[in-house]
Amino acid sequence: MRSNPADYQLVAPASLQAVVSLLAAEPGAWLPIAGGTDVMVQYAAGKLPARKLVSIWNLPELRRIEVSPEEIRIGAGCTYTDLREHEVVQSEFSLLARAAAWTGGIANQNRGTLGGNIVNASPAADSLPALLVYDAELILISVRGERRVPYKDFHTGYKKTKLASDELVRAVCLARRFSGYLAYTRKVGARNAQAISKVCIAALGRRASGVVEDVRIALGSVAPVPLRLAETERLVTGKPVEPSLLVSAKRVAIAEIQPIDDIRSTARYRAAVAGNLVAEFLEKIGEN
Amino acid sequence: MTGDHIVGVSVPRKEGRDKVTGRAQYVDDLTLPGMLFGATVRSQVPRSKIGKITFGPGIAWDEFIVVTARDIPGKNVIALIANDQPCLADGVVNHPEEPILLLAHSDRHLLPQAVAAVSIEYDQLPALFTVEQSETRSEVIWGSDNIFKSYLVEKGDVDGIWKKADYIVEGEYKTGAQEQLYIENNGMIASFDAQQGMTVWGSLQCPFYVHKALMALCNLTADKVRVVQMETGGAFGGKEEYPSMIAAHAALLAIKCGRPVKIIYDRLEDMAATTKRHPSRTRHRTALSKDGRILGGEIELTIDGGAYVTLSPVVLSRATIHAGGAYYWPNVRITAKAVATNAPPHGAFRGFGAPQSLFALERHMDRIAQVVGLSPVEIRKRNFLQPGQMTTTEQTVREPLDLVRLLDRALELSDYHAKKQRFAKENELGTSRKGIGIAAFLHGAGFTGSGERNLSSVVGVEGCADGTIKVLVSSTEFGQGTKTVLCQIAAETLGLPYENVEIAQADTDQVPNSGPTVASRTVMVVGKLVQSAALGIKQTLMGSGLLGDSYSAEQFRSACRTQVAAHGQFRSWARYEAPADVFWDDDKYRGEAYAAFAWAVYVAEATVDMTTYNVSVDDFLALQEVGKVLHPVLARGQIAGGVAQGIGYTLYEKVIWQNGRMQNGQMTNYIMPTSADLPVVRVFFEEMGNVHGAFGAKGIGELPMDGPAPAIVNAVEDALKVPFDSIPLLPEDVFEALLAKREPQSVGGVR
Amino acid sequence: MTESLSLEIRALHEVSLTVNGELKTVRAYPMERLLDVLRHQLGLTGAKEGCGEGECGSCSVLLNDALVNSCLVPVLQAKDADIVTIEGLAAGVQLDVLQEAFLKSGGAQCGICTPGMILAAHHLLRRKPNPTTEEIREGLSGNLCRCTGYIQIVEAVAEAARRRAAA
Repeated sequence: MRSNPADYQLVAPASLQAVVSLLAAEPGAWLPIAGGTDVMVQYAAGKLPARKLVSIWNLPELRRIEVSPEEIRIGAGCTYTDLREHEVVQSEFSLLARAAAWTGGIANQNRGTLGGNIVNASPAADSLPALLVYDAELILISVRGERRVPYKDFHTGYKKTKLASDELVRAVCLARRFSGYLAYTRKVGARNAQAISKVCIAALGRRASGVVEDVRIALGSVAPVPLRLAETERLVTGKPVEPSLLVSAKRVAIAEIQPIDDIRSTARYRAAVAGNLVAEFLEKIGEN
Repeated sequence: MTGDHIVGVSVPRKEGRDKVTGRAQYVDDLTLPGMLFGATVRSQVPRSKIGKITFGPGIAWDEFIVVTARDIPGKNVIALIANDQPCLADGVVNHPEEPILLLAHSDRHLLPQAVAAVSIEYDQLPALFTVEQSETRSEVIWGSDNIFKSYLVEKGDVDGIWKKADYIVEGEYKTGAQEQLYIENNGMIASFDAQQGMTVWGSLQCPFYVHKALMALCNLTADKVRVVQMETGGAFGGKEEYPSMIAAHAALLAIKCGRPVKIIYDRLEDMAATTKRHPSRTRHRTALSKDGRILGGEIELTIDGGAYVTLSPVVLSRATIHAGGAYYWPNVRITAKAVATNAPPHGAFRGFGAPQSLFALERHMDRIAQVVGLSPVEIRKRNFLQPGQMTTTEQTVREPLDLVRLLDRALELSDYHAKKQRFAKENELGTSRKGIGIAAFLHGAGFTGSGERNLSSVVGVEGCADGTIKVLVSSTEFGQGTKTVLCQIAAETLGLPYENVEIAQADTDQVPNSGPTVASRTVMVVGKLVQSAALGIKQTLMGSGLLGDSYSAEQFRSACRTQVAAHGQFRSWARYEAPADVFWDDDKYRGEAYAAFAWAVYVAEATVDMTTYNVSVDDFLALQEVGKVLHPVLARGQIAGGVAQGIGYTLYEKVIWQNGRMQNGQMTNYIMPTSADLPVVRVFFEEMGNVHGAFGAKGIGELPMDGPAPAIVNAVEDALKVPFDSIPLLPEDVFEALLAKREPQSVGGVR
Repeated sequence: MTESLSLEIRALHEVSLTVNGELKTVRAYPMERLLDVLRHQLGLTGAKEGCGEGECGSCSVLLNDALVNSCLVPVLQAKDADIVTIEGLAAGVQLDVLQEAFLKSGGAQCGICTPGMILAAHHLLRRKPNPTTEEIREGLSGNLCRCTGYIQIVEAVAEAARRRAAA
């Protein structure tokens, strides 16, 4: 443990309102901590710049999953376990359920939260490609009230977001209109559990009259932010799945991403695997 | 007599109940009154003169104990083989993370900031980071030539064989560093008292190594140093030599402040600063006849020792002796060297050099098979050692060894031939490729050559006042089952229930020096001594008429009680004596290298996912001849666990170096396999027996580390038809090799 | 208001929590790790620190019935919670079925991962009394073991599940 607990403050207000009041009183001074699976790691390594923390763990307002006929609204404080075990998430948003199931081990799934994954804003975060393809919208809250922003605009750069210094992510909303799609997702990591992605993909697709009717493809760990492959999607839409399409889709997908060499993998490998995953997804649509 | 055997039965692990209830006491679980906490200030650069040291602002330095090299009462050295490694750097550093000074404080939380506030000026010197750089001698960083140790093994006339050869096959093979990654980090507590001397409690394998190091460092006599092993949470060689360093640091702080001092490394420090498996490079050049028989060969082996000698000479020794493997070499020349680089010293790790040289050899055998046009099975069968033949060091195989039969049984158990055919067919379709590979190998038990003779280990067995038996050894338990098996041996020898035998804590004040717990020697060598010492107890009781030829356990206990009541402490000792016919020449590196070899054939089945280039091991069969299996559950656990580490070594675990420093020293980025990654390892034993071991046992702990890497990489080659000659083999490497495959590449040189 | 709040919280807090069925009150900084409070203040040293970053699972405990890495839990978040550590699993001298199975099957070698591993297995069996081998392997995948290769651990959990079902 490379930090001194005496140097840190932590408060645990009883309500969401009290938390946002605290954030408003000293904008940028308080770091929210939910399950601690990111914050506590930095803290133990002696690398947590923030000295004042506010606990949002288990706030009832953040830990609910509300289902209406149009959408599902997932509290930002819901854990990966909550997501994995929720019936509607499992059946209609399987990409998210799968991502939750391969984020860390069981203990971290019991503490890590969807909101944490979003604001931590790592390009390797497992749940974010799924949010991209489901056109997720985020509800942000502050003393100024709530605002709703599309997730695709939220994540602006490497570990950067549009969250204001007095704001919290309150909930994630997913429209219930993807049940007719083929869902495909894979995580490529250094091992089968407890791995940080080298590349991950979440994709939805639908075939009609022998051609790809609609397709949505997102990748993680191949750019500073999780990426929707707009060009690749445009290329394949309206076309039949055949070997030549797979080749050109691979090429366009690789051109759309900006992978890097780092401690976990190489840019060349990431690009090749990303292309392979896109092709594998399209093949599955073809078989569907 | 109870009539029932205890040896060969899976009795409960002696310390098992404490382990499953959380009561087992590891060093970090121990708190002494008034104890301070210690920390180490380390070099940030690889090789440098040390300039000014400044204690920066913002820290209440008057509250801290500070120790430098000047505070060392004895020699500034960690006594081991060459005595070249200082306890604290004095004037120069030779690797990143080298200890420079020590701090202690009563509040452990204040230490990290204090360590960071010490600033050291460095006047950097050129440094070497690879074997190849060291070989150029562009800088001389150790001795006169950067070579810690070299060996030459010569048998027959190698130079004369090349012109007789039908084929000459060459290859170069490399292995990377590997972190032991015991889940319990290193730690020590030291307490000093002018009258009583120095006591340390710690996580360690070799109490008397620490004892020796502290005597030299603290200038204390043997009776003033006491070393106590706490429960040890995994070691794998990683707690063989480095604990002496941590004990030395804790001891210096304890002397300076007059209070007990605890040093516990966190994972980052343990990974960055402590030893790893030696990286290696092996070159083979082999002459073969038309029908695939080895005529002879040259083997050139180099290991990277890091910045100080530490154990590199003995690691190199084992690598050298295992380099010819389980095959008959009529002519061979093995040249081996350990070189210096400016990395933290590499050290002991399960297998101890053998996994490196056996990876090279068993990959090379598959390469030879391709060149000669035989199957991997057939090339091995034609060259296996047979009874009466001599190994590369001219040790005659005296046991009724039948490696062909061992291999055949492994092939049958793994359904090798049917699978190989099926995979070849199925690989034409689908998005994955499957392959199957074998490795046949041996592992010598006990210290190399005259090592056991020099160690001259002593074991005691005590008849206690209550009639039970206590085994007295410095051999340590760190998961393998030392306590359990040695108690089984004593109980079996005496015809007592297992429950009547206990084993003393490894405390140098209480137990004799039965040698270090390394080298797969405990069950075979120490076990045999326990058997002798226990026999001594029985003979004394019989000789004094307290016990008849046949007796019940109760009669034994009663006789023992009577003996103790009449004569006081009742102990029997046994000292190792080398068998008269064992010969070893340290200069020529020739003779009986080991008292016994264990033999094995491993078969690995691997799948390569052609979308991600990930390799997974789907099935793993481990068949070995280990003499007598004394405890089936523990023996299987040793094999399965060793294979798991071997799979990690092959496919997952890569130490990423930059300027001599590990870049991925966390469990999140140094990747060991989880339960979701490993196959079921199917473990089978053959039991040929061994006259040198207790109840016929041989060593078992290290053997399973040797075979997985070549078996798996051979399977990957079988799947992809692309050769891979270095480990770890990561998906990125598979991908690059498949890309390069478009270029035609010759496999070995064909004459 | 914030200023006074800050001053107050920099001091030691009294935190009450139930540990292995007993109500305990500790004085701690709110960011102290639950792991350290258990080990240093309550003398429950069964939970171990292997990595300090939630990767190895050797500090696993149950917090309100959920398996957590206690190295990642600030003690303030355990206020009023119900904690079960390895010390609380056996009923007196009678070992839990899982502990017995680990002993018998060779699931414990060096023992350092064992407390966390047994608690992870306990958590799994509560949710899935008859797990498949794959479910066991997944359920334990956050708990690293360097000794066993997991095989005898998986066997121990399967054995315990059978015995719990038969009981």
